[in-house]
Amino acid sequence: MTALVIAEHDNNELKVSTQNTISAASKLDGDIHVLVAGSECNSVAEEAATCEGVTKVLYVDSKEYENFLAENIANLIKNVSDDYSSILAPATTNGKNYMPRVAALLDVAQISDISSVESEDTFQRPIYAGNCIATVQSSDSKKVITVRTTAFDAVAKGSNSAEILKLEEVNDAGISEFIKEELAKSDRPELTAAEVVISGGRGMQNGDNFTLLEGIADKLGAAIGASRAAVDSGFVPNDYQVGQTGKIVAPNLYIAVGISGAIQHLAGMKDSKVIVAINKDEDAPIFQVADYGLVADLFTALPEMESKI
Amino acid sequence: MKILVPIKRVVDYNVKVRPKADESGVDLNNVKMAINPFCEIAVEEAVRLKEAGSATEIIAVTVGAENAQEQLRTALALGADRAILVETDLEVEPLGISKVLKAIVEKESPNLIVMGKQAIDGDNNQTGQMLAALMNYPQATFASELKIEGEKAVVTREVDGGLQTISINLPAVVTSDLRLNEPRYASLPNIMKAKQKPLEIIKSDDLGVDLNPRISTLKVSPPPEREAGIIVESVDQLVEKLKNEAKVIS
Repeated sequence: MTALVIAEHDNNELKVSTQNTISAASKLDGDIHVLVAGSECNSVAEEAATCEGVTKVLYVDSKEYENFLAENIANLIKNVSDDYSSILAPATTNGKNYMPRVAALLDVAQISDISSVESEDTFQRPIYAGNCIATVQSSDSKKVITVRTTAFDAVAKGSNSAEILKLEEVNDAGISEFIKEELAKSDRPELTAAEVVISGGRGMQNGDNFTLLEGIADKLGAAIGASRAAVDSGFVPNDYQVGQTGKIVAPNLYIAVGISGAIQHLAGMKDSKVIVAINKDEDAPIFQVADYGLVADLFTALPEMESKI
Repeated sequence: MKILVPIKRVVDYNVKVRPKADESGVDLNNVKMAINPFCEIAVEEAVRLKEAGSATEIIAVTVGAENAQEQLRTALALGADRAILVETDLEVEPLGISKVLKAIVEKESPNLIVMGKQAIDGDNNQTGQMLAALMNYPQATFASELKIEGEKAVVTREVDGGLQTISINLPAVVTSDLRLNEPRYASLPNIMKAKQKPLEIIKSDDLGVDLNPRISTLKVSPPPEREAGIIVESVDQLVEKLKNEAKVIS
């Protein structure tokens, strides 16, 4: 019984979603190995080896893994999968991209986005935008799993020193090619890892008004998010989107501003510990999930709030 | 160029579903059904490629019960040329669906498969990637822009940190994200015309594909309820509550 966790990283540093996934793997009773595949990512392998509970790191370093193209990564994972009873990856856009490909190559089902481990073959996962929680049992001998990172506390990093095994595995499928990436640069915490998130919706009216959120975000050390409506309207880029098909967040404090609270948005934030809603429409569904609701015009409430926190 | 668009019949996205009282499944009695929103975007993208002269034929396909013909007709009304229903009364998992689709791809030899990134019922986000794997095709998931350039597709993908652009060899599988396009409404004449378009029905048994489930659902329960909150009167009161009651800011 050994689980293989696929590390999420950017070739420079390990992403905390890896530690969340190791945490899920630790509920499966067995050794945990981590696969670090990338290009010039030695430091990531070393970081992974320090994660609590990890017994071995498989480290594969080659140019064709640099951009995590699904075709190459999936072939690699399949090739190293023999000794593992389960393979887990975080349900990030990377994990969601390559893991079903791995599952199909192995002719097994994938269990997507698990929120709890009930036993070695039984898991809980949200369906219908989180309106239902399904408890599912897999009959496959090898489990391919993606993990809802907000549902598992990250394991600690820095204390362990697992063995690092370097593998020479070259897999260039030669059918896809990376062209470019436009990644948002921000000094704020990552949306999915932030303790506090403040999100704006259609009520923000335009992208410039998101500066009203920034002042509060600066004071609270918060990440800034958005509803689908705000992203579709072009106020902010797609990587801000919180919801069923965007990012899933569960911070200590989630402040929803000018967001009506469609099912699809609630699916991405309703596991937050404390939810605040600010909306001038007192009938907005967001108030049904909010711990504290403020019926107010956001253009007066936000500057006042910024001055008082 | 021939485009295959696999679609799915799902509960309408406005419906808030609930588990059955005995937790044996999801209560789908008398709920409105529709084409999965991401599949609708995929159909629209295929139609735009045809309108732009890049595609010559669009085939919509679904795997499901007889009533899934309604969603195929929707796809035909939006501009697909013909449709295929692979009929089964089983609830087929993504792996099984992708095996059925593989059989259809081998029969139809499309140059491009465009489909939704996930269905809003099971939220699995698997079928496109699995089909690509089974065919040994490249995949471009979560697409927000799709351009055909000769024997390749150049696709911009929505990823966690922003946008990524890749080039994939055709044939390939592309899965649509929300911002790939805004689907049109089917006009009444097109809805009428769709009734005359060919819709082929294939029995899933005739494809010789293994549809046996690998996953059993033991129960479906409601999510943890949030306790009712309060409406505060002012920003002052809100800040006071967050500091002293919730203790989430200092």
